[in-house]
Amino acid sequence: MNAPATRQKFIGRSVTRLEDLPLVQGRGRYAASISFPHQLHMRVVRSAHAHGKIVSIDTAAALAMPGCFAVWTAADVAAIPPIEFRPTHIKGLEPYRQYVLARERVRYVGEPVAVVFAEDAYQAEDAADQVVVEIAELPVILDAEQLPGEFEPGRDTEPTVIRKKFGDVEGAFREAQSVVELDLIIGRHSGVPMETRGAIARHDATRDVLELHGATKRPHPNRDLLAKMLGRSPSSVHLYECHIGGGFGVRGEIYPEDVLVCAAALRFGRPVKFIEDRRENLMACNHSRQQRHHIRAAIDADGRILALDDEFFHDQGAYIRTHGASVADGTATMLAGPYNVPAYRVVAHYRLTNKTPAATYRSPGRFESTFVIERVLDAIAAKAGIDRVEARRRNLLTTRQMPYTRPLDLHGSAMMIDSGDYALLFDKTLERFGWAQLQRDLAQRRAAGELVGAGVAFFLEKSGLGPVEGVRIIVDTGGTVEVVTGAASVGQGVETVIAQICADTLGVDYRRVRVTHGRTDRIDYGTGAHAARVTVMTGSATHIAALKVRAKALEIAASDMMEAEIDALDIVDGRVVRKDSPDSPSVSLAQIAAALTAASAVAKGREPGLSADGVFHCEHEAYPYGAHVAVVKVDAETGGVKIERYLASYDIGVAVNPMLVEGQIVGSMVQGLGGALFEEFVYDESGTPLAVTFADYLLPTALDVPPVDVLLTQDAPSPLNPLGIKGGGESGITAVGAVIASAIDDAIGRAGAVTQLPVTPQRLHAILKRRQQSPQ
Amino acid sequence: MSGEIDINLNVNGRNHAVRVEPRRTLVDTLREQCGLTGTNAGCEHGVCGACTVLLDGEPVRACLMFAVQAQGRRLRTIEGLAEGDKLHPLQQAFIDHHGLQCGFCTPGFLMLAAGVLERRPDINDDDLREVLSSNLCRCTGYKNILKAVRAAADQMRGAKT
Repeated sequence: MNAPATRQKFIGRSVTRLEDLPLVQGRGRYAASISFPHQLHMRVVRSAHAHGKIVSIDTAAALAMPGCFAVWTAADVAAIPPIEFRPTHIKGLEPYRQYVLARERVRYVGEPVAVVFAEDAYQAEDAADQVVVEIAELPVILDAEQLPGEFEPGRDTEPTVIRKKFGDVEGAFREAQSVVELDLIIGRHSGVPMETRGAIARHDATRDVLELHGATKRPHPNRDLLAKMLGRSPSSVHLYECHIGGGFGVRGEIYPEDVLVCAAALRFGRPVKFIEDRRENLMACNHSRQQRHHIRAAIDADGRILALDDEFFHDQGAYIRTHGASVADGTATMLAGPYNVPAYRVVAHYRLTNKTPAATYRSPGRFESTFVIERVLDAIAAKAGIDRVEARRRNLLTTRQMPYTRPLDLHGSAMMIDSGDYALLFDKTLERFGWAQLQRDLAQRRAAGELVGAGVAFFLEKSGLGPVEGVRIIVDTGGTVEVVTGAASVGQGVETVIAQICADTLGVDYRRVRVTHGRTDRIDYGTGAHAARVTVMTGSATHIAALKVRAKALEIAASDMMEAEIDALDIVDGRVVRKDSPDSPSVSLAQIAAALTAASAVAKGREPGLSADGVFHCEHEAYPYGAHVAVVKVDAETGGVKIERYLASYDIGVAVNPMLVEGQIVGSMVQGLGGALFEEFVYDESGTPLAVTFADYLLPTALDVPPVDVLLTQDAPSPLNPLGIKGGGESGITAVGAVIASAIDDAIGRAGAVTQLPVTPQRLHAILKRRQQSPQ
Repeated sequence: MSGEIDINLNVNGRNHAVRVEPRRTLVDTLREQCGLTGTNAGCEHGVCGACTVLLDGEPVRACLMFAVQAQGRRLRTIEGLAEGDKLHPLQQAFIDHHGLQCGFCTPGFLMLAAGVLERRPDINDDDLREVLSSNLCRCTGYKNILKAVRAAADQMRGAKT
């Protein structure tokens, strides 16, 4: 074999994905495709009332239905505690957790009140229709800004108020040249993956192991949580990830249904399968985003921010789910974004309403806070009489300030922005978009009567949530490299990216690397796939482990097999070669693995196996950043918005696979367009959800999507990890609401006109009508 | 509900004799009775198009049809798109152009595109975008799906001339 003289690079290359082949062939294994012999199907009976006392639940008719095996109400799961949230420093949230089946009261339409188990999914649905639930209605709360009501006797619907503060806010407002003040609303919407939730549990009595299939996002923490709730030891519970049809923050958390299938599988001794339908998904899977902000900014004569003072109301829905108050907390922490803010005060009212419980959705707290702070920057520009671009330039943090510590607590440590050159990216973005010429073109078109305008927004992201992640790398005797990680995959390309890092570091082709994820039976720990953390955390751990395997392989080849100095050797395409004569005889990793079988390794006093563990620890997150610019045209008749051009720029530190990063940016940008223009969970005055089909909850289609240009830069690698990586999973969504609002304002010639997302045609039409009545 | 009936479904050139309730949807029947789980059900009310299959060459929503309605028709699903190990140009183009992420909507998009390109190999970009807007994807933002289908269309047309 003629080994190539130099190692192939894999980091930084847009190679095609390892995941794709089975997926384009229809061989994906999503939750609905997982079945076990003799399984039962579970169907949830959900509350039709937003708030009320449970008077009675009559299950007799359901039990008499063909194929019906059992019906459970809260009494049947009385020993199961409510679902816990992650550890948090915020006190007093425990009483507001959700039980897996409603006890005494229901608090949102869609809340599980009973479950039916039957031999077939159709029979389960038929039987569930026969469960008669009698509810005595109570008053509903649908607006987080109205006075708190009663959650239960002695407890109101405001679990906590989060306060953040630094600097002399009062003094800054006293000294300010002027003050801008805004009232801003972000609508209730969510991730809405194309695959609904699914959970299949079975108990293997021979080993006394409970298995949950269809898990994702956080398999290990969820294993521990399920074990605790069901009174089992963690090692007797295993979670298995299959293919996942999109995560976006909502999929893979522990919901009532996950616990119920496990409890039923244990009690019945039969596998139990739950597949959510779309109507359920839209009213039972986590909602997100809904907030109303009353924000003031004190500025000097040049439009520089002296202080921010924000009070906002976070609409959590009916219960506190697995994230606790972290979305409100994160919003309160991230509000200052990429800007110099000397004084800061945020008061966040975290309140419950009679709607579907809320939690994280891609870029949680940042989509919201970026909309708010960027609206503020546009308002500052108008107030100070300066250009919107200039307003940002004057307030952005500079390279001299990096790393920049903001005196706010984030996940228990101070918020430290690791690196960034914001002005550079801003310049590159405007240059690429042709911003200056664009302003002249738009002015001409507006003069000719068109409602066209451009928007601009800058944003700070965060990524690589720690504190720790580990992998184990094993080279088998066939030369295939396996990376076992506690990370998960929600469709973003984890297997490819981790394989690239491993391949690049070790010296093999990335196609020889198999990445195993989402299985608690293969590795003891892991934090999963969320918060744009996998490439940063698992990637770094993979790099560390691959270096160890490489060192081990070179050491053995040098001493036992090639009679050479280690420094004279390299690993190229899975073979150890001499650097100076790559065509001379070489040794494959498979041969080295074979020489390290248990017997031969131990005989030579070595650890068996060509394998190594790698652990990466990091207390701080890596902060990517970006800018969005867009051109929109408004139709005055319909209130419709057409996006003519869009540029999303992003500095990711180091892009392991630029094609996949761009895929994340474009995909999340379009997802953000939904929340900016179309998607909203609307309720009527009784608390009945009105968006429970895709005819009412509108996802962006191919026709709604503008040509999206992407500028991916690598100017500010993170100093926090060995490869300089920052995360990209939430890269494109954060500024979409902000930039669309900015562009619409510009198009209709009225700064600050857009105060509410989504900007539906009805809302924009109303704005245009007000504009006619009181021209600016 | 009972009264199951025996039907014969022709899927990807193979006959499947199955017994179904008249109310059983085509997508459930393909998945559970025929063992063809490549067709995914995304919304079960005909909007998302994840379950798109070809019925006598025409793209249809398998969640909006009953299995009994497909008797005597030719069905083609994602499992029948490749010829053995040789991928259809659309499948290869989706890989080459990163036209998928989670992959859940992919079989529906591939069958939709296959059905359209077979009837309209010369379809222009605007019409293609219009047609593909009938299916939903939550990951890709459609950019690379459009790019992939366009590339496959060009290749397929080139191969014929």
